[in-house]
Amino acid sequence: MAIRREPSRAQVRREQMLAAATYPLDWLEERSGLVGGVKYFLFRKVPSDTNWMQTLGSATLTAFLVQAVTGVILAMYYKPSPHDAYSSIQNITDHLTMGWLVRGMHKWGASVFIILMFLHMGRVFLFGAYKYPRELNWIIGVLLLVLGLTAGFTGYLLPWDQTAYWASVVGINLNGTAPFVGPWLAQFLRSGQEINGNTLSLFYSLHMLVIPAGIISLITLHLYLVIRLGVTSPPWSREAAGREVVEEPSTVRTGLTRPAPHGGASGGSD
Amino acid sequence: MREEGMTPGPPEHGPSPTIWPLGFAVGIAVALVGLIVDPMVIASIGAVIAIVFGFLWARDATSEMRRAAPTVTAEVREATPAEAAAMPEAKPAPEKMQRSRFLEGATLGLGGIIGGLVTLPVAGFALLPSFLGQKGHKVDMGPVDAYPIGKWFISTFTVDPSEGEVSRRTAFVRNNGAVGNNVPSFTIISNRCAHLGCPVQANGPTGAILGEKNVTEHTVNGAILLRPVVPAGFGCPCHGGQYDTEGNRTAGPPVRALDRYSFEIDNGHLVLLSTFSVSHVVGVGAQAKIYKYKLSGPGQHVDGPEQWFYPLEPPHH
Ligand code: HEM
Ligand code: FES
Repeated sequence: MAIRREPSRAQVRREQMLAAATYPLDWLEERSGLVGGVKYFLFRKVPSDTNWMQTLGSATLTAFLVQAVTGVILAMYYKPSPHDAYSSIQNITDHLTMGWLVRGMHKWGASVFIILMFLHMGRVFLFGAYKYPRELNWIIGVLLLVLGLTAGFTGYLLPWDQTAYWASVVGINLNGTAPFVGPWLAQFLRSGQEINGNTLSLFYSLHMLVIPAGIISLITLHLYLVIRLGVTSPPWSREAAGREVVEEPSTVRTGLTRPAPHGGASGGSD
Repeated sequence: MREEGMTPGPPEHGPSPTIWPLGFAVGIAVALVGLIVDPMVIASIGAVIAIVFGFLWARDATSEMRRAAPTVTAEVREATPAEAAAMPEAKPAPEKMQRSRFLEGATLGLGGIIGGLVTLPVAGFALLPSFLGQKGHKVDMGPVDAYPIGKWFISTFTVDPSEGEVSRRTAFVRNNGAVGNNVPSFTIISNRCAHLGCPVQANGPTGAILGEKNVTEHTVNGAILLRPVVPAGFGCPCHGGQYDTEGNRTAGPPVRALDRYSFEIDNGHLVLLSTFSVSHVVGVGAQAKIYKYKLSGPGQHVDGPEQWFYPLEPPHH
């Protein structure tokens, strides 16, 4: 027979502390449901045999976040005018505290971001993860790739040195050779007939406002679909791709809109 | 299928394997090899193989879609008397346009109009300035006497001094002497590569090697630097495009000859006007026949069938 004891003072205090600590979370949860959302996101089910290769998407996301943060800091000191651009970059590199580090992270991180995008794309391709029902996510991925490359291209002009100038000349003229629209595209990118100060402003605006906004929106959609559809299991998996093994035939409609052809609920995310 | 209230999908998603793509790939490969080996015969054979197999592949892949949709008759069942009694009276015909429908349409329509009114000026503001009011610049290159007849100069100048260094251009200038009715003739070649626009260099000795001094002329366009040179031709550092001294392409990826400047003589000064594109030049110097075209971007063909790819050029001077 269990003896009921009054809780000790230490126990009471611990419980009070716990309640105090979780209070803000409960407050938030009650008004927004955000806590549950984050929990769902973090603890959703994935196939038991997911592979390290499947972290490449998150690695790409991390690389993008690094670009976003370092880019915002650079924008505090960079001056997008033909007269000041190069000297402001020199100032960042040579005089600002840790400016060399922030600029270096942004400059090298740009390549890391693009390389990771390709590796992630390669893994999606090799795993066949682009197939039904994830075609739309592949298409969003392609748009992300284009935007990522455009971000790299527009960022390259900003140091406004000889490398930047001539690389942009060649890059813009390359666009200019596209049939029919090429000459128009090139003239838009140049902000006129020749590269000048307006080109720098245009590239700066595209690089730090338009393209990041586009990338962020598309990443949001991309991740929404990843969560909704669940991640695929590797091609060598014994489980059918992206399907949870369920002992009892499920009677509840879950996840994907179509059922598995041979029993089991569809969708890996539920 | 278990009862789950769901529409069953096809058991296999996607088409079944087929060999047509293989034939298609072989055709493409043969065509590519043929382009090098024998463009007329082998390449055509490859193209025919690719087209035939491509057609079969497309037909195979779309066979599912092209099959006539099966006709399905709706299931009907007589209502039992109890059900019939329980059934509600047929509702009166709904209003032509329900109020909620109207409000929905009005909200969307008004929203669209307002959105358009805001977006149009913004888009115009962002796009149009690149295309409107593009004006050319005249560049005063100094007195004609600064250019001894028959000598080449690499001249650099800023087209628009208010823009600063970014408007610096280079041209290769040679005075061909007067022709006919004392009309001066100059060969003035732009150094913008006709491949992708890199700065073409003169292949030949300049300055100290040549034992001649650089000259700086001061004009309304600021300092004009003239460097004497004896070019064997012109060459591009980017992808190795080569040109002869009339600007004709002799090697590498450029698609046409170098652009040239038109000019006028004003008060004894050489004045550069606009640039124009050139497909090729026959002859040299004052006797050259220049096949002249409207200025096109680097990499754009101005003659041959490839010119059809660029039917509409954006407005420029
Ligand atoms: C900004 C760039 C990108 C970010 C931040 C990103 C992020 C992610 C993340 C976090 C995942 C889930 C984890 C994983 O499978 O690795 C994912 C999945 C996926 N990504 Fe991306 N991605 C990017 C670009 C691309 C590109 C370029 C493609 C292809 C063209 C692509 C196609 C896909 C597909 C189809 C999936 C679903 C894979 C599955 O369900 O197994 N993504 N992405
Ligand atoms: S830009 Fe001159 S050869 Fe390519």
